Formats: sequence, structure tokens, C-alpha cells
Amino acid sequence: MDYIRLTAPFDKSELAKLKAGDRVLLDGIIYTARDAGHKRMYDAVLSGGELPIELNGQAIYYVGACFDKNGKPISAGPTTAMRMDKYAPVLYDNGVGASIGKGDRSQAVYDAIIKNKAVYLCAIGGAGATYADCIKGSRLIAYSELGTEAMYRFEVKDFPLIVAIDIDGNTIFNR
Amino acid sequence: MKEITFKSIADAVCELTRACSGLTASCSSAMRAAYDKESNENAKFALEMLMENAEVAKDRGLPVCQDTGMAVVFVKLGQDVHISGGLLTDAIDEGVRRGYRDNGYRASVLDPISRVNTRDNTPAVTHVTVTEGDKLQIAFLPKGFGSENMSRLYMLTPSQGIDGVKESIINAVKLAGSNPCPPIVVGVGIGGTAEKAMLLAKEQLLREIGAPSENSALAALEQELLLKINALGIGAQGFGGDTSALAVHIGKYPTHISALPVAVNIQCNAVRLSSVTL
Repeated sequence: MDYIRLTAPFDKSELAKLKAGDRVLLDGIIYTARDAGHKRMYDAVLSGGELPIELNGQAIYYVGACFDKNGKPISAGPTTAMRMDKYAPVLYDNGVGASIGKGDRSQAVYDAIIKNKAVYLCAIGGAGATYADCIKGSRLIAYSELGTEAMYRFEVKDFPLIVAIDIDGNTIFNR
Repeated sequence: MKEITFKSIADAVCELTRACSGLTASCSSAMRAAYDKESNENAKFALEMLMENAEVAKDRGLPVCQDTGMAVVFVKLGQDVHISGGLLTDAIDEGVRRGYRDNGYRASVLDPISRVNTRDNTPAVTHVTVTEGDKLQIAFLPKGFGSENMSRLYMLTPSQGIDGVKESIINAVKLAGSNPCPPIVVGVGIGGTAEKAMLLAKEQLLREIGAPSENSALAALEQELLLKINALGIGAQGFGGDTSALAVHIGKYPTHISALPVAVNIQCNAVRLSSVTL
């Protein structure tokens, strides 16, 4: 199966072309957030506080990477997306174009994806070394006190993904 | 009486942590076998990526998965061993601290209430069994929590019997679904008390993948459950397909007349494990 090339941040019209099951090679900029980072962003949105990034069209990658002594990511595969389900709808409502994680999502996330014409992309859980190889630049953006769970900006090239939920809510998972 | 120093234990554990940068041989071959027979295109894509990833990790010494786990350490301590220079558990933590720091493995351990990270992946979870002799055996199992979070304990009543046992194990795998990074290894502990059942389940993850139980009844049960689990169609990463589990490993222990505990502890596709004898 051929790969579709995609660049983040996204033009929503590009996301509309994706179908569940499509393979994607992603280039561009993605931002990392796990449980603690999501809680911070969620609380900020609900309280009218400031977000560390403008969310519109962005890709949020559910990952807490391993870094070498020079701060280069050396393993960076996806974490379980389900744990972000509480927070994800609010982030999609605020413009997130795609979340990237592993495993199926709750109905509330499906609903938010359909409503916002966004997508959920799956990375392969356990393929951390391969994904680190696709990260060409990394910078700490926010929440440094969270350590492993801080928000990073990754510049990625040929980052292999599969469209798990498309804008119509079609999915590759057996639900 | 043999003396083993704090430092030699810490050094050994530090070396063992490097297991995070490779899959076990039996995991690699089970993954390859799953790939060869996979009929679902999406699952095949996932398995192919996982095999390539293992190669990249091995060739370049990178962590296979960024979740380098909480360090679970199983110790068999010969009763004729004397440990000098400090506590056994402190020596193990020292080895974990150094190994994770030196190799860039992730510090994933924190206080459960304050959620403040210890920043060095300690403490480890250490289980000690006292055995005969003057050897110290240490096994290191870095346990990722995508899979650990899918653990289940069923305190069945005796009337639920073997059918209840089978149902519980399959139910645990179904509920885990796509979350624990399938294809998984299913560790099962039957009997004992609540915590004994769970420990038994975890200990099954130390076995070579697919090597049947020495107990023929348990070996048959493992085979039956593996077929049933793979018929669920969860597949690699939950993408559907033929292999949801690489193996089911079951251990048992005597239990109380009132009880039938069944614990399920799931291992993700990245089986990382190392051991040493001092």
C-alpha cells in the first residue's frame, strides 16, 4: 500500500482526504503531550488561561520520549491514547487537527473528531527507535517541571502512521 | 557463606538494564512467526514495523520502546549468601538509577499522590525469594504500563470452576483490547491469595515465549486459551488480524477452600528481559 504524504500543522482540507486505513508519512512540526501535559492544557482552556501553543491545525503526539545526554530523542513511540480521552474533545474543539497515539478511543473522542472534521492517527506502539529516527529536531516548549511529561516540539520527517479514525468517524478498530 | 558486595550487585543490575535496548530472542522469533502467517494488511504493517524497530534498536543500542518501564526485579537469594556494604534493595535501586541515567532510559516513576517524578526511575519493584546455596540470581523485567494498566484480578468462587477461570482470562484480554500494545503475552496466576496470584501472573512473564508449562494440564490450558484469544480478532495494535497474543503462560499455587483467585498480568509486544547469576 502506498503512503500519503502529509505536512503538519495541517490544512484541514488535507485531513478531509484521509480515509481510515490510509498509511501516512508525516513531515513537519508536532507537539508532544501526555497525561500531565493534557491536564494542564485542559485546565487552561476551561479556566481561560494561556496555552503554550496555538492549537489550530496542530498535531499533538502522545509520547514521553527517551533522550540521550545531548537532548536528542532516542526512543519516541506512542503511548496509550485512551488515557487522554478525558481531555482530547476539548482540544479538538479548540482546533487540534490530529492526535497521534496508539489504541482505540472513547465515543466522546469519535464525536469530537466528526464534529471538528479532525482525525486520529495511530503510530505503532513499541516502535520507539524507528520513530526517534524520524525526529530531526527537538525543542522543549513548556511544562519543563513535568520532566518526562514536558511539552516538546518535534520536527519530523517520514514519520510513519496509519489513519485510525477519519473525519467521518470511520475506524480501523473493531468496535 | 559467600560474601557478595553492594557494589557488585549495583554493577550487575546496571548492566542488566541494557535489556531495554533489545527484544528477547523468543520474542523476536514469535513476532516473525506472527508476521509470516498474518492475513490482515494493517496488522502485517504493524508487525513489520515492530520487527524493523527491533533491528534499529539493536544495531544502534537505542531503547526498543520509549516506555522503558518500571524496573521489576526478581531475586533468588541463596541462603548461604551474605550481602555486605548495604541493603540488597538499595543496591538494586543504585543499579537501576545508574543504568537508566547512563543509557538515556526514561525516568517514569513518581509519587502516586503528588505525581512528583523521582527523576531516576527508582525505586524498583523487587521480589526476593530465598533458595538453597550461595548464589544470587537477578532477573530484570522493565515493565511498560500500557500493558501493566490492563492487569486484572478476579476473586472467583469455587463454584465458578475452570470455566470461570477461562472466562476471566479471556474477559481480561477483551477488556484490554488495543491498549496493551498487542500482540501480547498473557501471564496468568491461579490460586494462592490475591497478591500471590498477581505475583504468579507476573512471574510467568519471565518464561521463554511459547515454552509450555511443565505441568501438562496447565500446558493444555495455555494452548486452548491462546487459540481462543487469537480468535478474538484484536490483532497487532488492535488493528484486527490473526495474532492477538504470542503466548499464554499460566502458573498455579494452592489456594483456600473458599477461593479461586485468577490474576492476569499482560506483557506488551516489546518483551525485554535479562538475568545474571552472581
